[in-house]
Amino acid sequence: MSGYIEAQLIILCLSVIYAYAIFLPAASGQLNLGAAGFITLGAYTSGWLNASDGLGLPMALSIVLSMAFVGAIGFAISLPILRTRGVYMVLATFAFAEVVSGIAINMEFLGGAAGMPVDAHAPVEIVVGAAIAVVLFCFFFMSTRLGLALRSIHDDESVSVLFGVDVRTAKVVAFTVGGMLAGLGGAIYGHHYNYVEAQTFNVLLSIYILLYVLLGGTQTAWGPLVGAAFFTVLPEIFRQFATELGSDWLADSRFIFFGMFIVLMMVVRPEGVVTRTMQDRCAGFLSGRRTRAAPAGE
Amino acid sequence: MLLLQQLINGLMLGGLYVMVAVAFTLIIGMLNFLNFTIPALFMFAAMMMWATMTGNLPFGNDFLFSVFGEHNIWIAGAIVSIVSICVVSLIIERFTYRYMKAKYGDATEHALPLVSSLGFLIIFEHLVIGQWGSDPLQIESPFGNATFTIGTLIFSYPQIISLALSLGIVFLLSHLIRRTKLGRALRSIAERPDTATLMGVDVLRIVPVVYVITGLLCAISGILFTINYTSIDAYIGDTVATVAIAGMVLGGLGNVWGAVVGGLFVGILEVFSIYIVGADFVKVPIWGLLLLILVFKPTGLFGHTAIGKGKF
Repeated sequence: MSGYIEAQLIILCLSVIYAYAIFLPAASGQLNLGAAGFITLGAYTSGWLNASDGLGLPMALSIVLSMAFVGAIGFAISLPILRTRGVYMVLATFAFAEVVSGIAINMEFLGGAAGMPVDAHAPVEIVVGAAIAVVLFCFFFMSTRLGLALRSIHDDESVSVLFGVDVRTAKVVAFTVGGMLAGLGGAIYGHHYNYVEAQTFNVLLSIYILLYVLLGGTQTAWGPLVGAAFFTVLPEIFRQFATELGSDWLADSRFIFFGMFIVLMMVVRPEGVVTRTMQDRCAGFLSGRRTRAAPAGE
Repeated sequence: MLLLQQLINGLMLGGLYVMVAVAFTLIIGMLNFLNFTIPALFMFAAMMMWATMTGNLPFGNDFLFSVFGEHNIWIAGAIVSIVSICVVSLIIERFTYRYMKAKYGDATEHALPLVSSLGFLIIFEHLVIGQWGSDPLQIESPFGNATFTIGTLIFSYPQIISLALSLGIVFLLSHLIRRTKLGRALRSIAERPDTATLMGVDVLRIVPVVYVITGLLCAISGILFTINYTSIDAYIGDTVATVAIAGMVLGGLGNVWGAVVGGLFVGILEVFSIYIVGADFVKVPIWGLLLLILVFKPTGLFGHTAIGKGKF
C-alpha cells in the first residue's frame, strides 16, 4: 500500500468513526454540533494516560479508559443538554465544544497551545480495525430494541411517547454512546499521528462531521458510512483528476463544488443519500424478490 | 484611566458584534433557524471592501479608480460590498428558505436550512481563498490615524462613527419591526408562517426582505471592521460570528435589543479578558457562561419563550 493511499485510508476511517459518533444522537433527532469537544477530550485523555509523565498505561488500556471517561462526560452533560431542543441544542453542544477546547489550550500539563506529543503509535491496522468495529457495532445497535426506539423518536417523538418508549433514557443512551465513539475516534487520532493539538479540532471539524451525517442520511445505519466515504474520497478523486488535467484552479476549487453539492442536495433530496425506502428496495433486489415501492410518507 | 480606555475600546468592538448579533437574532426570531451564512456574508463584505480599495477585484478596478479617485475609493468599496451582499443574500434566500420542502416532518428535517447555510459558508470561504488566498490582508486606513482625546482618553473617529452607526441602524430596525406594516407582516411570519399566509401576508415576498436586511447588517459591519482594524483574512467571519452568537444568546434569541446589550457586553468582556488574563483564556468564561444560560435560562436576559419551539 503506497503512503498516499494509506494516508487517505486513515482519514476515511477517522471520518467514519466521527460520523457514527454524531449519527447516534442524530438518529434520535438530536443535532450535536459539539463533535470536536468530545474528540478533543478523547485525544488528550488517552494521550495523557499513555504518556510516561502521565500514568504510563499501555495504549489499549488508555484508549478504553479514555472512551469510558468521554462517555461519562457525555452522560453528565447529556442530562442538562437534553433539556434544550432544536436551535438551543445546536448552540449548547457548540458551546460545550468551545469550553473544552478553551480548557485544553489553557492546561499547561497538556502542553497548552503548543499541543501534546503522544507516545504510543497506533498502526494502520488498528485504525482500520477500530473503524470496522464501530461500523459493525452501530449496525447492531440500530437493530436492537433501543435502536428501534431511536428511530421512532426521530420520526415522531409524541407518538413514541404514546407507544411507551422511554424517550429520555433512549436519548441519554444515544448521546452517551455517541460521546464514547467520538472519544475513541479522538484517542485513535492522537495515537496514530502521535500529536494532539486542540486547534485542529475546531468548529469546522464539528460542522463537517454533522454534514457527513445529515447528507448521508439519518434514517439508516448506512447513512454516516456513505456520507463520510462520499465526502472524504470524492474530493480527493476530484483533486487527482484536476491535477491530471493540469488545472490548479479546479483542484483548489473542489470545496466550492462540495458546498454547492450540499446546497443542491438539500433542495433535491433533503432526507440524505440513504433512506429507509432505498434500503428496503436494495434488500428486496438482492434477495431476488420484486418489492413494491414503500408508500410515500413512510 | 487605563480601565476606562479599555471600556471604550470594548464598546467600539462591541458595536461591530452588535450588528452581527442582530443579524443572527433576526433570522432566528423570524424564520427560526441558525443562519451560518452570516459569517460568510460578513467575511465576503470585508473582502469586497479590501479588494476594491486595493484594486484586487476580478474586473472593473480601473473604472472604479477613475470615477472615485485614489482618495475616495473607500466609498466605492462600500458600494461594491453592499451591492454584492444584497445580490448574494437573495441567492441564499432561494436555497435556504424558498425551495425547502419538508416531506416527512421528522426530527432532523427541520435542520435543512441550517445545513444549506453551512454549505454556503463553505462555498464562500473557498471562493475567497481561491481568489485571494488565506493569508491576512491589509489595507491603508482611508482616514489615517484620526483620533481625538478627552483628558487622557483616546477616541478614534471611525470607531465612534461605527458605534453610532450600528446603534442608529438597530434603532431604525426596531422601529421598522414595531411600527410599520412590513414589521407587522414580519412579526406575523415569526409567529406562524402558515397563519400569516392565510391572513394575506405574502410570505415569499417578505422573507427575502429579512435576508436583505441581515445581509446589509453583515455588510455594514464587515465594512466598518475593515476600516477600523485594517487587517482581515478569509476566516474573519467565523471568529467574529462565534463571539456574536455568544452575545445573541446572552441577550435572548429573537430579541433585537437583547442582541444589542449582549453584543456590547461580549465586546467589553473580550477586551477586558485580553487585558487581564490573556487572549487564550477568553473562551472558557464566555462559552461556559453560555452553556449555563442555554441550559438553565434559555431565554437569555430579554428573550421570550416562543422562539425555537415546535420547529427548528
